[in-house]
Amino acid sequence: MGELILKDQVAGQTAMSRRAFLQGTGLLLGFALTGATMESVFAAPASQVVESEITGTFAPNGFIRIDPSGAVTLVIPMIEMGQGVYTSLSMLLAEELEVKLDQIQVQHAPPNHALYANAIIGIQNTGGSASVRAFWIPLRQAGAVGRNLLIAAAAKRWNVDPATCRAKDGVVFDASGSKHLSYGELAKAAAKLPVPPAANVKLKDPKDFTLIGTRAKRVDSAIKVDGRALYGIDTRLPSMKVAAVAISPVLGGKAKTVDEKAALAVKGVRQVVNIDEAVAVVADHMGAAKKGLEAAAITWDDGPNGKVSNADIVKQLEEESKKPGAVARNVGDVAKALAEAAQRVDAIYQVPFLAHAAMEPMNCTVHLRKDHCDIWVGTQAPTITQSQVAELTGLPMDAIKIHNHLIGGGFGRRLEADGTILAVKIAKHVDGPVKVIWSREEDIRHDMYRPYYLDRLSAGLDAAGKPVAWTHRIAGSSVMARYYPPYVKDGLDPDAVEAAAEPPYALPNIHVDFVRVEPPGVRTSWWRGVGPTHNVFVVESFMDELAHAAKQDPFAYRKGLLGHNPRALAVLSLAAEKAGWGSPVPARHGRGISVQFAYGSYTSQVAEVEVAVDGSVKVKRIVCAIDCGMYVNPDTIEAQVQGGTLFGLTAALHGSITFKDGRVEQSNFDTYLPMRIDEVPVVETHLIKNAEAPGGVGEAPTAIVSAAVTNAIFAATGKRVRSLPIDANSLKSSS
Amino acid sequence: MAFTLKINGTPHEVDVDGDAPLLWVLRDVLGMTGTKFGCGQALCGACTVHVDGQAVRSCQTTVDSVGDSAVTTIEAIGQVPQGAALQKAWLELEVVQCGYCQSGQIMSAAALLKDTPKPSDNDIDAAMSGNVCRCGTYHRIRAAIKHAAGV
Repeated sequence: MGELILKDQVAGQTAMSRRAFLQGTGLLLGFALTGATMESVFAAPASQVVESEITGTFAPNGFIRIDPSGAVTLVIPMIEMGQGVYTSLSMLLAEELEVKLDQIQVQHAPPNHALYANAIIGIQNTGGSASVRAFWIPLRQAGAVGRNLLIAAAAKRWNVDPATCRAKDGVVFDASGSKHLSYGELAKAAAKLPVPPAANVKLKDPKDFTLIGTRAKRVDSAIKVDGRALYGIDTRLPSMKVAAVAISPVLGGKAKTVDEKAALAVKGVRQVVNIDEAVAVVADHMGAAKKGLEAAAITWDDGPNGKVSNADIVKQLEEESKKPGAVARNVGDVAKALAEAAQRVDAIYQVPFLAHAAMEPMNCTVHLRKDHCDIWVGTQAPTITQSQVAELTGLPMDAIKIHNHLIGGGFGRRLEADGTILAVKIAKHVDGPVKVIWSREEDIRHDMYRPYYLDRLSAGLDAAGKPVAWTHRIAGSSVMARYYPPYVKDGLDPDAVEAAAEPPYALPNIHVDFVRVEPPGVRTSWWRGVGPTHNVFVVESFMDELAHAAKQDPFAYRKGLLGHNPRALAVLSLAAEKAGWGSPVPARHGRGISVQFAYGSYTSQVAEVEVAVDGSVKVKRIVCAIDCGMYVNPDTIEAQVQGGTLFGLTAALHGSITFKDGRVEQSNFDTYLPMRIDEVPVVETHLIKNAEAPGGVGEAPTAIVSAAVTNAIFAATGKRVRSLPIDANSLKSSS
Repeated sequence: MAFTLKINGTPHEVDVDGDAPLLWVLRDVLGMTGTKFGCGQALCGACTVHVDGQAVRSCQTTVDSVGDSAVTTIEAIGQVPQGAALQKAWLELEVVQCGYCQSGQIMSAAALLKDTPKPSDNDIDAAMSGNVCRCGTYHRIRAAIKHAAGV
């Protein structure tokens, strides 16, 4: 097999219901993600299980079914968006269950908070680099329980001691190896045996791993090289129409005039839907819909946000950031230490709004009927989507069916349900299924942006140059306060201060606070790496400033502050060593270094850049050292380091969303520039192997790269970059 | 009006306006969804197909401009030697992440290898810089093209 065909991807086919899945035949295992509840692995004959019984006994977060055919199906709540989660989670199961990786078929779980909530992030979301961290123990436990049951079933049939049998590649062998039975043959019998408590089932010693830690092949590659992979945008249903949409260019504005007649005159156009905040043209194909939308020549009432501009947003941040905020950390006496310091350093840093610009533009297909709503979409947050649709339509949750799909790039954008909500509002006026696709321009102009942040920092150094005082105030939007208010306590958004409240360094007197400032007329949200993408840039740039003020080498300076933090020190030293830190560089070249602890992983990068006379920056090489603890698939990690680094680097070099007259000034890939193949630096990955708990890797390289690059620019030019994106004009030199 | 398009060796009759982009005719009218929509302005390459062996952006290619030229899409590129070699290399080197841009990447690479069987890094830059990947698979795309070309 070796490839992934998702059942509910097949166009026009209703997703398999959870009940139908559970009512197969064979062995069914449920597992919980809490890790602590060792008794929670559940096994039953699949044929006897009904939903209520399962939810009545315990709430499993995922299911494994072993069919009499020998097929192993893993139902997981995480969605694949390129990060390799279907592969890494299948590997965890295969290792302990003793099956081959290609025996496992992955299915998307239907939305159900109670059943599939991620133990780390608490809701059924894919994000925060949390998947492997959450599944590391429970999925292996479930696999081990399954293997034990299957071995026990074989031993019983042969009338031998289970301890004398062993399992490999989905087959149980007796002591001599002459007798063997496949898992398929044993599944029904295994389902009738008493389930051993998970705590009594021994997990493999990591030194005995044969799959975890190897460069196993991705399970989703084959369908992605020949056009078979189906994303939400590829949904096709009988009698489905497609819709192009124009959203009010100013948030809160309304359509003023719409030339419906002209739109309807276009061949293939069926309907014009005006919902004030947006206008959709519904047609037989998108070519006609787009042509119709253009013909509609819509004019808009801007509403209250027609004057919003970047200059005003920044001014507001400058003012508000003068006031104290919610305290994230306060150790020692910063005011006193600062007053008594031999030297004081102050700086203001700024980072811009950023769009996601995933390759698959926003889209959603909806079939809304009186008592039912089907939704075909790729989402990182199926339960949130489901509840927002319930609120909008008045339908009960179980009348809303989310058919989740592979995502053509998430980066946090698909944690929001706004695209689905808009599609449902349009679908209310359309008879039959309708697929709403945003143009690239709509996608960039109506994104929910990584917030603009303004940071004020001050530090005091002692006579030896050591930082004896450190204050850091972060001002900007709180995504968490809107998205998940319970996580915000006393005004403190833990994400907004992540990696700033606890820098990896020894800082005896530190004060970090957060001032929430919501920009009018701008929607903010998650972005790959979120808080740390901004904070690590600021902290690591400022640390570089301190090294400079102390007249010390930036690597040596950091090293001197990491004596208490061996894992951070190790990645820092490894990156420096592999990058040849300290060796001579050509004129106009410079090296910069950064280090972080975020997402449960330690990461350090050294960047080497060349800055031309005209100020243009060429990033030549990035060396990344990462310690993400026990790791599952080094090939996936290398891919994530390459991709995550380029994602962060793209933003550092090019990324900026700006507002003028309430409108986003960028629109497509000619004004919101992606990195292209001819701009890509060498990216090297050096992985530290140890037995620590697994950390995330999808976002760490994105967060760390900017500071490494801007510190390298400083080394090359003596010019400090305190705001992103990097402005070549400010780096011009006379010779 | 009606057009007969020769796609992957098979004629298909479609009744659309002549200025309809080939992309949407492929995807919405003919149901061939392997060719992807990314930008609509020929800026990202996700919609790349071959017209008489040349890589074109189907989002900016109108149906009436195609005439009786042969259109090849990702669904059939494996039937030409360069396409098959690239798909194999893509799998061996584990290029894909989200995968959305990869149809277009492979179509551009197949056109490159047809004209330049042993491409240099500069050749790859020139042929592939119109194809955007936001996951950042560029290192492996370059390596896979070289692997398929045996350079």
